[in-house]
Amino acid sequence: MAFIIEPVEPVKIVVDNLKFYYGKNLVLKGISFKVPEKRITALIGPSGCGKTTLLRCFNRIHDLYPGNRYEGKILLDGENILDPNYDVIKLRIRVGMVFQKPTAFPMSIFDNVAYGLRLQGIKNKTELADRVEKALKDAALWDEVKDKLNKPATALSGGQQQRLCIARAIAVEPEVLLFDEPTSALDPISTAKIEELVVSFRDRLTVIIVTHNMQQAARVSDYTAFMYLGELIEFNKTEELFVKPKEKLTEDYITGRFG
Amino acid sequence: MDAVKRRKLVNGIVLILSTLAAFFGLLWLFWILGTLLYKGLGSLSWEVFVGDPPAPGDNTGGLKHAIVGQTIIVFLATVIGIPIGILAGTYLSEYGKGSRWANFIRDLSDVMMSIPSIVVGTFIYAIMVKPFGHFMGLAGSVSLAIMMIPIILRTTDDMLRMVPPELREAAYALGATKFKVIKDVVYRAAITGIVTGVILSVARIGGETAPLLFTSFNNNFFTLNIFQPMASLTVTMYDYAMSPYKYWQDLAWAAAIILTFGVLGANILGRVIAHYKFKK
Repeated sequence: MAFIIEPVEPVKIVVDNLKFYYGKNLVLKGISFKVPEKRITALIGPSGCGKTTLLRCFNRIHDLYPGNRYEGKILLDGENILDPNYDVIKLRIRVGMVFQKPTAFPMSIFDNVAYGLRLQGIKNKTELADRVEKALKDAALWDEVKDKLNKPATALSGGQQQRLCIARAIAVEPEVLLFDEPTSALDPISTAKIEELVVSFRDRLTVIIVTHNMQQAARVSDYTAFMYLGELIEFNKTEELFVKPKEKLTEDYITGRFG
Repeated sequence: MDAVKRRKLVNGIVLILSTLAAFFGLLWLFWILGTLLYKGLGSLSWEVFVGDPPAPGDNTGGLKHAIVGQTIIVFLATVIGIPIGILAGTYLSEYGKGSRWANFIRDLSDVMMSIPSIVVGTFIYAIMVKPFGHFMGLAGSVSLAIMMIPIILRTTDDMLRMVPPELREAAYALGATKFKVIKDVVYRAAITGIVTGVILSVARIGGETAPLLFTSFNNNFFTLNIFQPMASLTVTMYDYAMSPYKYWQDLAWAAAIILTFGVLGANILGRVIAHYKFKK
């Protein structure tokens, strides 16, 4: 029992019967849906439903830990990224990620944003400076940090650090950007700024955002996927899903009967 | 009201006790430093630093041979100990994480940390001094390095494991390779701790006498040859303090001051460097 629509937009990612194991533990139990290109897709569901696990499949960050195993397919522009021969370094350049807690590196603000660019071998100082500036402007952080680019990034506030992480992620111009509950450690004002940013990426990037905050999903996303106990229960346009949920479980969750 | 009063009383008592305990602990440090300065300051002179070793009964001469010897022995030990310790700690935290092999090495290293230093000295005596047929400075360095490695390994391992996994993930998520993640992010995040560990280990071995007795031994002449017996401040201090000559005993006090403040200075310097680097 599941209600899953085909997005009207061109499809960026196809998830095809994806199963994921932590060791012997089956956490994602065969998930299939299509992520529309240059739209914002929210993953919601109660704690432990597998939404973060699913998100972390898209850049194969699970590979860092032994014992994790995927089954099924995730097609990015038609190529299966779960193929063991698929280059994860290339994948992670195309698919960026912003984490729950701000993860500013212990280096200067400039170096933080330039890190991904330098990894790609960009050494030209003017190009680096230009792209760092552009990324910081796109992350609405430029005005706050332009006079202290050489100061340590860890001296910034939590909300600023999170926007710095977004700048760092978009500096390398990924095609897909993953957000893992990016505002759960932030105050309401910082949260609003991050949400504005996420919305500003529509039409530019394919965004997938995990959130436990349903209002947030409703505010920022075009499509919403509701997950429960490792299964995808409903995937629909955000308005439809929140106004006229097709599944009983979805309705119970969004009306606050559980979760 | 009663309960609140009691809590305040208990709070006051604990505050007083812990303050007293802190003073008690620090008292010895200042007592030692005070005694050292009181007894040793008078024997410090330019001659102590630049003078050749004293002859028996002659009231001239200095510790140049021991100061230089100590510096060479500790420097070489550090040169051997730092890369091995840091790389091994990196292996435990980053590459072998959670494996039985890594846990085994970690336990072994902890055991090594508590091996009596004289045993390390006799071991090096057996494998280096005996085959070569004579004491030598390099053997002293090796035995001190053996004592340093487990300390550096453990602190490196601990400090790297304290780096939040999210930070590593964030670097991987940008397309970094494992080596890049460790070099650019993990080491940077842990640099203060690692530097402190290295300094602690230098401070720890700087004052060791036992591992040097069987290895670098002592030399009452100035030498830069690490394949010859070499004087160190600790062994020289021991010899001179035991000697019947007043002038030599004074030199032993001077050696004690130089050693203590050398180690203290190294500590402060290291902390300043760590602070400065971290700020950047």
